[in-house]
Amino acid sequence: MRIIKDRQIIEDAWVHLSDEVAPPNGKVTVPFSRWLVERESLLQREGEIGVRLDCQAPEELDVLAPDLPRIQLVMLELPRFADGRAFSIARLLRQRYGFTGEIRAGGDFLYDQMFYLARVGVNAFEYRGPEPLEDALKAFETFSVKYQPAADGTGLIQQRRLSA
Amino acid sequence: MYTYDEHDQRLVDERAAQFRDQTRRYFEGKLTEEQFLPLRLQNGLYIQRHAPMLRIAVPYGHLAARQLRMVAHIARVYDKGYVHFTTRQNIQLNWPKVEDVPVILEDLASVQMHAIQTSGNCIRNTTSDPLAGVCADEVEDPRPYCEIIRQWSTLHPEFAFLPRKFKIAVTGAPSDRAAVRVHDIGLRLVRNAAGEVGFEVIVGGGLGRTPIIGKVIREFLPKRDLLTYLEAILRVYNLHGRRDNKFKARIKILVKEMGVEAFREAVEKEWQAIQGTFPLEDDIIAWYQARFVRPQYDPRAAEKDWEDERGRQAEFSAWYAHNTVSHKVPGYRVVFLSLKPPGVAPGDLTSEQLERVADLCERYSFGVTRTTHTQNLVFADVRQTDLFELWQALKEINLATPNIGKLTDMICCPGLDYCALANASSISVAGDIYRRFEDLDYLYDLGDIRVNLSGCMNGCGHHSVGHIGILGVDKKGEEWYQITLGGSSADDASLGERLGPAVAKDQVADTVEAIIKTYVDLRLEDEPFLATVRRVGVTPFKERVYANH
Ligand code: HEM
Ligand code: SF4
Repeated sequence: MRIIKDRQIIEDAWVHLSDEVAPPNGKVTVPFSRWLVERESLLQREGEIGVRLDCQAPEELDVLAPDLPRIQLVMLELPRFADGRAFSIARLLRQRYGFTGEIRAGGDFLYDQMFYLARVGVNAFEYRGPEPLEDALKAFETFSVKYQPAADGTGLIQQRRLSA
Repeated sequence: MYTYDEHDQRLVDERAAQFRDQTRRYFEGKLTEEQFLPLRLQNGLYIQRHAPMLRIAVPYGHLAARQLRMVAHIARVYDKGYVHFTTRQNIQLNWPKVEDVPVILEDLASVQMHAIQTSGNCIRNTTSDPLAGVCADEVEDPRPYCEIIRQWSTLHPEFAFLPRKFKIAVTGAPSDRAAVRVHDIGLRLVRNAAGEVGFEVIVGGGLGRTPIIGKVIREFLPKRDLLTYLEAILRVYNLHGRRDNKFKARIKILVKEMGVEAFREAVEKEWQAIQGTFPLEDDIIAWYQARFVRPQYDPRAAEKDWEDERGRQAEFSAWYAHNTVSHKVPGYRVVFLSLKPPGVAPGDLTSEQLERVADLCERYSFGVTRTTHTQNLVFADVRQTDLFELWQALKEINLATPNIGKLTDMICCPGLDYCALANASSISVAGDIYRRFEDLDYLYDLGDIRVNLSGCMNGCGHHSVGHIGILGVDKKGEEWYQITLGGSSADDASLGERLGPAVAKDQVADTVEAIIKTYVDLRLEDEPFLATVRRVGVTPFKERVYANH
């Protein structure tokens, strides 16, 4: 499947596992609930591992925090594009918990939200809207002005000085 | 007022281009109705009873002459030639076409205006005191902080999809003219015991179906911590606010359900983690202060009390007494333009009037007009010697009705005339009440009375904080009105108490009249209406109003 990662279109190798399927080697993600139960055996496998959050229970992030050094990807599955909790969760993940792996957006989001998602620390997008990915890439260029600090820097407010 | 630099300008231009693209995709079927909804709302575009409605942002209420002219032009070309000033210092167009909105946004951007975040579940336009910078009681001018908050909240990537709308008001004066206690966040500039200026932070106020007066969660917040503290509040709200029920999604419900202490602790904990990350240093504040170009007051402007003219001209005298207030610079005075003449929907202005207001503010008030949350306009910086001339000019365009703060200076939402959510009319009921109280001497004898009307319990007309509040309700397809007494959105903020059963539409004016007569009978010498209601309670009013029922 093609996705956008680090502002490029790439062929993606990750496999999203449900609760039942036995984990193959390679790049796989599991839901948070499965991670909690099978953490140790999942880490025994060959290959990278990711955890999917449904973004409906912000507390899960605190529970996941100690495991972050051992996982390579956190996927935020937006339940509805209008539910903005994922935006705070992404930012906390990047800034509060210092997660340096891939933060991927999945689920229900709009092309128009990718600019915001990128600013709060999401660097990969499983975009399923009607626009071709080539068009969706343009979303990152919608605005050249960023007033406020976020996961991507200080923002114009901080840069404004009398001397500037 | 604040002048854009090239970054600010680029942002509003890019926003207009973005909306042009979104509108195109919507018409091409690439965005569903449901997907387009939050995108258009974040550009102020509603779909209403008769037509779409566009809400234009007027940050902290400031409008320059060329902006007024542009709004007049837009109203004439793309609408029916008039606009509506709202309680949130914004401007509404009632009949634009969706297809025209991208062009309207481009026109607005050309005069440093926009419609960003005037609606939708995001941080809305920041409001303030219409007398900011000119009133003598001010601790500090709140407007640079309003602008800092406007920029911080504009396209905030983390807080654009909140559980519900979010409104912030800031005031710099102890006397509250910005209704800060009925906002999601109210900020008051205050001085602490050490003499430093910072913010008192009030959270969880709001009107609507569950009206609540906000609670103080921090008595003193240093200025440098303003943005991190706001971020902490918004993050707690975004993560923990309810999303299961739209009617329980406002921050006031979160504060109520958690309890203010637990809410405060959650905010403080979040804040501890980010406190020093982006301090608002003094030199940043200074940058903003410097971009608020202050009027060049004439140090030789003469004081004039107009004693003689007032003796000869009763009408001018009344206008001077009721529609003007003192200014902190000698030789100047503040003038209110009443948008409540008889026979006009409260808050409405035509394109011609807007253009005349633009000319007049250039001539008499350094080219700037301000809007108020009571749906009036202000010329903040008028030379005292110009007052008579200005009064004559305002009279010509029907903006000199001397009723500011009086019973006929009502706040009124659009109600059934425009709003798809309305249960009842508010504009025609306001008209009924108006006609009962046209005698000005009687009006002045009654003193300051705030009458607020809303066409449904969403409360756009602030009915729950009216001294007399009137709320339209639907009873088996008929319009009825619930009356409350004793509300206030000022320093002593309080919610009105219900008078009794709702009254029929043709009884509302009678009821208000009976309330007023009761007040006149019961008041002590010089006692204002609100004070009488608070002293005697609603019972005597109730007895009188329902005596014949
Ligand atoms: C005609 C289109 C309008 C619609 C559809 C509309 C819709 C709403 C809704 C649904 C609410 C309740 C929100 C809630 O409690 O969460 C609300 C509240 C409010 N609206 Fe409007 N409104 C409209 C026009 C106006 C106008 C013209 C004004 C100003 C005159 C206004 C000012 C307000 C205010 C001040 C509140 C109360 C906010 C609070 O709870 O603190 N609205 N509106
Ligand atoms: S109070 Fe109700 S009727 Fe009035 S504008 Fe608001 S939503 Fe419409």
